[in-house]
Amino acid sequence: MKADPKGVLTGTHTLSGNYACAEGALAAGCRFLGIYPIVPALEVSQRFLDRAKEVDATFIQMEDEISVLAAVLGASWTGKRSMTVTSGPGFSLMMEHLGLGVMLETPCVIVDVQMVGPGLGMPLRAAQADIMQSRWGSHGDYEIIVFAPSTPQEMFEFTIKAFNLSERFRIPVAVMSDEYLAHLEEKVVIPPADEIYIEPRRYYRGPKNSYLPFKRDQDFVPPMVDIGQGYRFHVTGLTHDDRGYPIMFEECQEYNVHPLVKKVRNYADKIVEVQEINTEDAEVIVISYGTTARATLKAIEQARASGIKAGSLKLCTVWPFPEKRVAELAKKVKAYVVPEMNFGQIVSEVERCTYGYANVFFVSHGEKGVENATDIVAAIKQALQTKKIEDRVIEYKGV
Amino acid sequence: METKQTVNHEPSMMDLVHPMDNLLRMDRMPHIWCPTCGIGIAVTAFTAALEKANMDPNMVSIVSGIGCTGRVAGYVKLDSFHTTHGRPIAFGTGIKVANPKIKVVVFSGDGDLIAIGGNHFIHAARRNIDMLVICVNNFIYAMTGGQVAPTTPLAAYATTSPYGCVEPPFNIPYIADSSGAVYVARWTALHVRRLTNSIAEALQKRGFSVVEVISPCGMYYSRINRLGDGLDMMRFYHDNVEIRHGEDTKNLDIGFQTKIICGKFVDRERPTYMERYNEWLSEVKGSKNEPG
Repeated sequence: MKADPKGVLTGTHTLSGNYACAEGALAAGCRFLGIYPIVPALEVSQRFLDRAKEVDATFIQMEDEISVLAAVLGASWTGKRSMTVTSGPGFSLMMEHLGLGVMLETPCVIVDVQMVGPGLGMPLRAAQADIMQSRWGSHGDYEIIVFAPSTPQEMFEFTIKAFNLSERFRIPVAVMSDEYLAHLEEKVVIPPADEIYIEPRRYYRGPKNSYLPFKRDQDFVPPMVDIGQGYRFHVTGLTHDDRGYPIMFEECQEYNVHPLVKKVRNYADKIVEVQEINTEDAEVIVISYGTTARATLKAIEQARASGIKAGSLKLCTVWPFPEKRVAELAKKVKAYVVPEMNFGQIVSEVERCTYGYANVFFVSHGEKGVENATDIVAAIKQALQTKKIEDRVIEYKGV
Repeated sequence: METKQTVNHEPSMMDLVHPMDNLLRMDRMPHIWCPTCGIGIAVTAFTAALEKANMDPNMVSIVSGIGCTGRVAGYVKLDSFHTTHGRPIAFGTGIKVANPKIKVVVFSGDGDLIAIGGNHFIHAARRNIDMLVICVNNFIYAMTGGQVAPTTPLAAYATTSPYGCVEPPFNIPYIADSSGAVYVARWTALHVRRLTNSIAEALQKRGFSVVEVISPCGMYYSRINRLGDGLDMMRFYHDNVEIRHGEDTKNLDIGFQTKIICGKFVDRERPTYMERYNEWLSEVKGSKNEPG
């Protein structure tokens, strides 16, 4: 399906990350925005609201972030592509309905403009400290898809991809921006509407009385219907059967919860997206995502200039984690360097996926360091001193 | 009365189809509610009201939260959602704003709507979201085993108020009225006919309408407080309910085994959220088209 031209602002623009996100959402066909005011995410909603009248999108400012995501889920069931934007404290409140969205298998997009936490933190300072929360924040077992853009152009593109994957897998998808990217203005090229691919919602079109809201199709995803189409379906946040009726047996853990995990894990190879630079001959690879990937580019450039074989593995999707690729490269390189704007989150995931084949160096990379790659270069040099680990017996067994 | 398809024998009682069957999920019966509970009566009144108000069932969506009454959505054959604790109004707001053609009904309990969902309740009333809220008030958290609720009368016992409830209760019609609801009524599970008429009236109302249904809870509230079973509670309602239409909602507090005032208290007109929204939108769009 091609994008609705009404929402696509084709051309070359200078946009901040937040504005690019709003343009991405409009281009992806988002027609419902639930908001609660929060710095530093509010420009997304402002841009969206300014353009809402042109595309007949609706929006509502709710009383808190809990109700925002509840409203977004409700709106999604009417057939509208729905989104919300928030930041740290709001993201914490949304965890309740992130879990409900996973259980009701409701497509929606949550944009989290990360700020310094915990608690009230610093609303005008960037961080990447919500990245584990985006994966594990709600209770219970589930899988989620998370994008981490590093430029306004990617913010635009990944927002569209987020909508596409949320419709494809019937799952809430998060886009993890941060305060730095939110207010960073760069060139954004928006292609013509017919060059933007939009994943259509999977609809059930059978007889009205035989619709089963959770009957999985050949792609492991149940087709949807909208409210008001006469199917008179029931869905519940409790463990349920194909009809959506609550079932309280332990078998439900396997029958109902496991598919929520499998529908992402089984397709992880297709979902995972990484960008590699100079990884073929690299002795040290810097694994980064989001804004820190900008500093990484500079760091490997500086390292190469001084004769160090450094490469970059940039995670466009942080979740599902690109386990296979990290494990493959671990056998080849001496060490990984993982810069993050937090005190160690994805680094533990990298350590897990190296299976002991490579040393891992963590760089707690402050916001100031995003412009300045010296910390990362220093870590690359330190990593170079280590010996390659050869005598491992643990084998990588696959996803 | 309509009958199911039968082969070679006369229609018997077992073949009769209840007129409400098309509005209920008969494949889910029997329901989970205890004997003497009033929620079933509220559901009957609601389904009867849907027919009475001539609503198209395909265009009505019902949202429930958690708790005994939270299970209603699962038994009513409409587009139905069983959502998180306290948030059905927020979920319903999303449905209504995204597709204003849908009539949204929120059917939930007092703990769900007034305690954990109290914030959503007052804000939906303030915005005047076009939805009907049916709040079954049994004075207690029954599904979790009889804990004190924001509606538990002073001095009443609950498992978490073993020395009697020390918190003054909320007066639901008063909150609804003062927050801006356009229709507020209260009935008990005894007043089935009046309750049905009231729900039918509220269904046709544009704006945030609230119908409180006082319901006996034979298993917890009456048992813990030694009030007898459901029938005794019904007798209590019969003897102690006073119907006063148009009564000032300030006077509707319910004490422990005191008089309960029922009736229709508020019936007014106020522009709904979507009316104001569309008015604003057409104004903005209109001015944009003007030259210069």
